[in-house]
Amino acid sequence: MENLISRYRNLTILAVLLFGQVLGLAVQVKRSGENAPTRLIRIWAVDAVTPLEKGILAFQNGTHNIWHNYFYLRGVRQENRDLKDKIQQLEIERVRLSEDAEQAHRLQALFNFKEQYIAKTVPAQVIGSSGSEQSRSIYIDKGSKDGIKPDMAVITADGVVGKVLRGVQNHVSSVLLIDDQTSGVGAILEKSRLQGVVRGTPAGEVVLERVMSDEAVETGEKVLTSGGDRIFPKGLPVGTVTKVSPGQELFLNIRVKPAADLGRLEEVLVITEEAEKAPAVTDEHIRAADVLAQRLPSIPDQPAAANPFAPPPPTSALKIAPAPGEVAPGSNGTKTTPKTTTAGAAKPTGGVAGTGSTTANSTVSAAVKTQQKAGFVPAKINSGSTTAIEVIAPPKPKTKVTKPSSEPAPGASDKAKPESAPVSQPPTSEPPN
Amino acid sequence: MPITYTSTEQIEVYRFNIAAAILIPLVAVFLQAFVPLRLHFFSIFDLPLLVVIFFAIARRSQVSGMLTGAAIGVLQDALTPSMPIGVYGIANTVVGYLASSLGVKIDVENAGSRGLMILFFYVLHEVIYFAVARGMVGLTLHWSWTHELGSAFANALLGIAIFALLDRFKQRT
Repeated sequence: MENLISRYRNLTILAVLLFGQVLGLAVQVKRSGENAPTRLIRIWAVDAVTPLEKGILAFQNGTHNIWHNYFYLRGVRQENRDLKDKIQQLEIERVRLSEDAEQAHRLQALFNFKEQYIAKTVPAQVIGSSGSEQSRSIYIDKGSKDGIKPDMAVITADGVVGKVLRGVQNHVSSVLLIDDQTSGVGAILEKSRLQGVVRGTPAGEVVLERVMSDEAVETGEKVLTSGGDRIFPKGLPVGTVTKVSPGQELFLNIRVKPAADLGRLEEVLVITEEAEKAPAVTDEHIRAADVLAQRLPSIPDQPAAANPFAPPPPTSALKIAPAPGEVAPGSNGTKTTPKTTTAGAAKPTGGVAGTGSTTANSTVSAAVKTQQKAGFVPAKINSGSTTAIEVIAPPKPKTKVTKPSSEPAPGASDKAKPESAPVSQPPTSEPPN
Repeated sequence: MPITYTSTEQIEVYRFNIAAAILIPLVAVFLQAFVPLRLHFFSIFDLPLLVVIFFAIARRSQVSGMLTGAAIGVLQDALTPSMPIGVYGIANTVVGYLASSLGVKIDVENAGSRGLMILFFYVLHEVIYFAVARGMVGLTLHWSWTHELGSAFANALLGIAIFALLDRFKQRT
């Protein structure tokens, strides 16, 4: 026997080495279902590599920041101007969307829907990767001391990145990317509302699985998280459909381009807290008349005679004042004098600035409505050179306003409610006695 | 200077100083973890595997080859959080053993033979990796021949360059 072992010494060592590793693997696989502690060797390896990675990244970022913040400032002024323009555009867009969101909240509240939202995130820097094609994962510089726990969702501003894996260390965590073969994200197509599972392929691509081949899916359609996996909150962007082809069995082969650039991750956000709450709507007892008033179009504006002595409106009012000599939008070319309508009249259908007005007018109208609802103190918005809109809030508003969010706007009155006041009030055109 | 002999030809056995023997694998594992962050395509390369093959064919010792493979493989496993420790270890151990066995038989100083050897061992490594991951760990990994062969060619080309660089650390026994 000894002769045999010494004769095949190398093979024996190979067998022992392989046996030991297979045994270790079997033990790990058996324990993987439980909350097995992280292997010491894994902690050592990560502790050995990550300080070096952190050091290199810190040096790289420091050099980059010094160069870009103090020396290379070419084009910064132009960029600043562009960004300011963009902010203005986005602000208008935000006002428009907040209207839609508010309406959605009201409907959700009506059906007792609970909404999930991201309550808290922790920003983290990517410091390393597994470096393996078979396992696409990264390391971030935040760990259990920063509130990171396994199975937390990791995102960027662009979209979903992955989820935190088990074995979170004090200041380092590993994240499984969505293009890993073992990952799975519950997803839904934005337009067709078809549900599936987003997975990675060996080539590092991302595909949407489990969509039946008789369904119609278009390229360019956005893929969002469905929330069904209980990891990612619903509605986060996952990617865009780039190719649809018949797949194996009864399913389509849908290729998805991830929304987040998984190959160039530098900073990510870890969602550490999600909350569930009912949509914030203050009006709990909406009367049918109020609902109807919101849905019905306002009373058409009557042409008002020019009267500089017209009395000020008695309640919260929206004043539209065309510039001198200009035609008010939606007035069929008739020159009008300043006229007033009540808040109720301004609310539905965006008819304040005229239904046939330009986009600019409608967005301004939306902005006015939002301000009006928030009960803003007198303010003035100028839309180009054609129309001047003035929002006048009364000292004690009688109309009840709906809060746009859970946070009241400054000066907003929570209890203001249109009692039996008319939905709209005809513009005052008669001179005072 | 040749110190061991086969029946047909003389072959050289090299050794490495302790610093190089420890630092080269560590640097390879570190680069493999760090570089793909900035250069995503770099993940198709397997620097630790190339180092295993290099040490195995340079030392021409089966025991040394398999121990080096096991150590580097386990280190790689430790940095791959989604996989249990041992998958890379087993694959690299077998490759280390076979590469050192083959290194005794054929000329490994030639760039062409080095390229072919890396090509062969890369595919073998992947086959073992997939077999262990599927058969033992139960992972549903998908095999793609085109992708694996493409990666094997890329690794062979990189390996030829790296081997030429690492030759500078060789010390004749």
